[in-house]
Amino acid sequence: MKVIDELLAQLPFAGIEQKEKTYSVSVPKDKLRETAEWLKNNPKLSFDFLTDIIGMDYTDSLGVIYYLSSTTFPSYIITLKTQTDDRETPEIDSVHDLWLSADLYEREVHDFLGITFVNNPDMRRLFLRQDWKGYPLRKDYDANPELNPIPLDNEDLNDMEDMPFTEINLEGERLEQHRKLFEEEDYVVNFGPQHPATHGVLHLRVSLDGEMIKKVDPNFGYIHRGIEKMCEAYTYPQIPHLTDRLDYLSGTISRHGFCLAVEKGLELEVPERAHYIRTIIDELTRIASHLLGWGCMAMDMGSITAFVYGMRDREKIMDIFEETCGGRLMANYSVIGGVMNDIHPNFQKKVKEFIPYMRKMLKEHHLLFTGNPIARGRMEGVGYLSKEQAISLGATGPTGRASGWSNDVRKIEPYAAYRQADFKEVLRSDGLTFDRYIIRLDEIEESLRIIEQLIDNIPGGNYAAKTKAVIKLPEGEFHQRVEGARGEFDVYINSKGDKFPYRVKFRSPCMTLVNTLKYIAVGTKVADLIMLGGSLDYVVPCIDR
Amino acid sequence: MFHFSVVTNWIDELLRTYLPDGWALFIEFVLIGIAILTVYAVLALILIYVERKVCAFFQCRLGPTRVGPFGVFQSVADMIKILLKELIKINKVDPRLFRLAAYLVIIASICTFGAIPFDKGLHVVDFNVGVFYLLAISSLGVVGILLAGWSSNNKYTMIGAMRSGAQLISYELSCGLALMTIVMLSGTMQLSTIVEQQTTAWNIFRGGIPAIIAFVIYLIAGHAETNRGPFDLPEAESELTAGYHTEYSGIQFGFFYLAEYLNMFIIAAIATTLFLGGWMPLHIPGWDGFNGVMDYIPPVLWFFAKTFACVFLALWVRWTMPRLRIDQLLKLEWKVLMPISLINIILMALWIIYIDL
Amino acid sequence: MQTGDFKDNEYLDEYVKELRANGVNIAIAKLDDLINWGRSNSVWPLTFATSCCGIEFMCLGAARYDFARFGWEVTRNSPRQADVVFCCGTIVHKMAPVLKRLYDQMAEPKYVMAFGSCAISGGPFKTSYHTVMGVDKIIPVDVYIPGCPPRPDAMIYGMMQLARKIKMQEFFRLPKQPIVAAADDLKNSKETEKGGEQ
Repeated sequence: MKVIDELLAQLPFAGIEQKEKTYSVSVPKDKLRETAEWLKNNPKLSFDFLTDIIGMDYTDSLGVIYYLSSTTFPSYIITLKTQTDDRETPEIDSVHDLWLSADLYEREVHDFLGITFVNNPDMRRLFLRQDWKGYPLRKDYDANPELNPIPLDNEDLNDMEDMPFTEINLEGERLEQHRKLFEEEDYVVNFGPQHPATHGVLHLRVSLDGEMIKKVDPNFGYIHRGIEKMCEAYTYPQIPHLTDRLDYLSGTISRHGFCLAVEKGLELEVPERAHYIRTIIDELTRIASHLLGWGCMAMDMGSITAFVYGMRDREKIMDIFEETCGGRLMANYSVIGGVMNDIHPNFQKKVKEFIPYMRKMLKEHHLLFTGNPIARGRMEGVGYLSKEQAISLGATGPTGRASGWSNDVRKIEPYAAYRQADFKEVLRSDGLTFDRYIIRLDEIEESLRIIEQLIDNIPGGNYAAKTKAVIKLPEGEFHQRVEGARGEFDVYINSKGDKFPYRVKFRSPCMTLVNTLKYIAVGTKVADLIMLGGSLDYVVPCIDR
Repeated sequence: MFHFSVVTNWIDELLRTYLPDGWALFIEFVLIGIAILTVYAVLALILIYVERKVCAFFQCRLGPTRVGPFGVFQSVADMIKILLKELIKINKVDPRLFRLAAYLVIIASICTFGAIPFDKGLHVVDFNVGVFYLLAISSLGVVGILLAGWSSNNKYTMIGAMRSGAQLISYELSCGLALMTIVMLSGTMQLSTIVEQQTTAWNIFRGGIPAIIAFVIYLIAGHAETNRGPFDLPEAESELTAGYHTEYSGIQFGFFYLAEYLNMFIIAAIATTLFLGGWMPLHIPGWDGFNGVMDYIPPVLWFFAKTFACVFLALWVRWTMPRLRIDQLLKLEWKVLMPISLINIILMALWIIYIDL
Repeated sequence: MQTGDFKDNEYLDEYVKELRANGVNIAIAKLDDLINWGRSNSVWPLTFATSCCGIEFMCLGAARYDFARFGWEVTRNSPRQADVVFCCGTIVHKMAPVLKRLYDQMAEPKYVMAFGSCAISGGPFKTSYHTVMGVDKIIPVDVYIPGCPPRPDAMIYGMMQLARKIKMQEFFRLPKQPIVAAADDLKNSKETEKGGEQ
């Protein structure tokens, strides 16, 4: 785009490359902060959405890649890159005050690669225990199990609360300091790791004033399985089995995203039929996921019957999956070049039966829960998230759309068969809990519309393109955005031309959602914290990867 | 009409003919004690089974089907299991208070249970201040819950106990005021007399609109007192794991569990006694044939049928509504139920003066 | 399906017969039977799920599979009141001490079921640096249910196996046979069940 070209030319120190809609801006380490500020605050550019921060180990140096997107031209992406040669004490300036989401992303990079972000006030490890030895995503990481045996004692809470940080003060002095997370007299309650309402093994440290919440500190890593590191040792066809297990409720969508990224790299022409099938399966997954999200939120608010109703309708989708894909939860359906096998002869019939059934049941769901005076009383006026905050936090998906931020990747950057379908992006403007709740039910409605349009028009032909026996991606970086059930799911693949990727990074939409919880839960009651968690509908294994 | 008083009187006379009065009384006490405990336990098991079946019915499920025919022995199996479960010794709790709490809750519940008139003469204590006794003794349970939360030395139980304290003490007020409305109508606090008075028309019909309002308020407030959804804040499974009894295991937990179900029954039974005529059959003035047919149904059946209808109502609410938040809960009591109850008392007074004569 | 309909896995029943071959006191045996009947029919699970398998556990609780039929629907959130902990999902290094603590907090008799490949052996995350290769590295496991994730039906089968196993217990008497024999038996069963996974 011309505006971006012209403006980027104002950066003399930056190396700029353009590939389609992605601009790559490489800057030296000491210019990073300046460039980031300029990109964010320049009124013409305003790259106000930090999609992801990717830590890289280039063997001789360590680097960081910032994926930036703008609400003015949402389909354009700027990748801001920088490197440091110092492998012992790598340091990069923090951008945590520019984007609220940067806080957790920087901690993640610090955890995996040992890069310290100067001036970030919280440089604890994010996923691994504070006493973990080594940085696993470095290429020279020693995976010897003796170094890090299975711990049998619980992590010390004092360790967990101790926040080290490095700052450079006005005189240019470098100071290493520690700060406590909570005050001495705070009444701190642990929610999790084993707790019925944390949707997995999330650990929330919450300080309370009576029933009022003063501060929330999420603690991740209780299901960190090291998927990104594992991917580096797997071939491309093997990796999709892991992506299914990231956000298992929208597993087919993440898998679709990964396959699209590889196909982009291979410049592989995928048959139309595969695109249609993938889209229908994705939308079915979205419905199933929203139904579960709806049910879980109701359960968090104490209405177990609603949860059972949601699960009942979800089983219908599971039946369809089981017939066509062979699995219930782990569909394992998309493969590089198409889908695993052709649809079952009953597929279209069953899906067509499902659409009117679901419409009928949606009415029942509204009747049971949406109109319930207690439920309305609980949800209305609680948990306000403004549009600016949502963008800065990177709270994509239904959460962002409930605050009025149009961020649907299916609309911004249509992939698969979404171009052929006529659907509208559901937007609400209030950003309250009730909006986040109702938007999911509305999205089910929209998904049904998409399926309705596509199901009768699945073109003939092959269901998968032929691929080589050994898939090797050409050298370079490949990035693909897809719209998961909970928000934007991004796949980043860095290839060195091998049959294994050099680095794979998945953007977890859920991590930003938990970060959101930190901001919107303050000042609410304990019961609201649980409900807000339900309304954000995060899946913990997606965060921890 | 067959009344249980025939049986009780016969036992009493039998014992007194063979034994001196003191011994006869002593044996009667023991018999009554055993009977109360047995009925209490059996009722609890039945209630647990009923709740699980009803809950399944609301959720398109089947509920227990495997243990015995239609799963009726499911709660028996649960009881055997829970009786033999280990009682964990927990560090850093106050052991005496910790144990006492469970007993307090169950004792308060049993004492209330004893005062309920199941039939004419099937009645342990018949005070002239029966209603007052019911209110007084049932609110002892909250002490047990507070103690449990405090002595467990756990933050969840502590929050649960504090919520429960706030909740039970507030709802006690509208509960009491709703019952007072009926006491005004009856002019007595003696439960047996209140039931006897309802021969021609149950209080809910006799008392007209004020009685209906009082009945609804009593059902809401009573439901809140049993700590069951949508008022299950002290337990709040999804918030506080298991609320005030998080740290209890084995039979100590069983006590809380039983008491919870029995309290539900007790609230329904009090509602039945005061509003729905207790064991009194349905009589419609003027319809003598109909009344005669109704009289053939034993009063005990009447009592349990009415009570279980109220229990079913409670279960229906429990499995449909989401939970309230603590501020909404207190707002409901202090800003809605309490003022309405107070006005309702005045209404009742007017009703008695001008209409019910 | 009634208990009698099981044809494939009768070694547990055989084992009980073997133990009682020399005759036992009738009163004690009957009491034992009663207790075991109670315990095996009232297994309250702890709500504990780390990842994917937890969703299938939810399905088990919902309308289609409905484990309430067997009396297992009283899921307790407090480990003190639960009888069985389902290890639904991967256990990683950071979670291991938490799981161990949960297990320690449970009251006897307590049982553990490893649900899904991750909990059995690390499953698809075998090559990870942060995964515990099977929960039996940390806590003893009674029943293994293979699959990734196992279907709810498989879970019901696993729970029935647990119920049969509970019926083997003796409350009043210690088993005459040394414990080792039983342990061997279990190991075999684990291997056969694991074999079924591939």
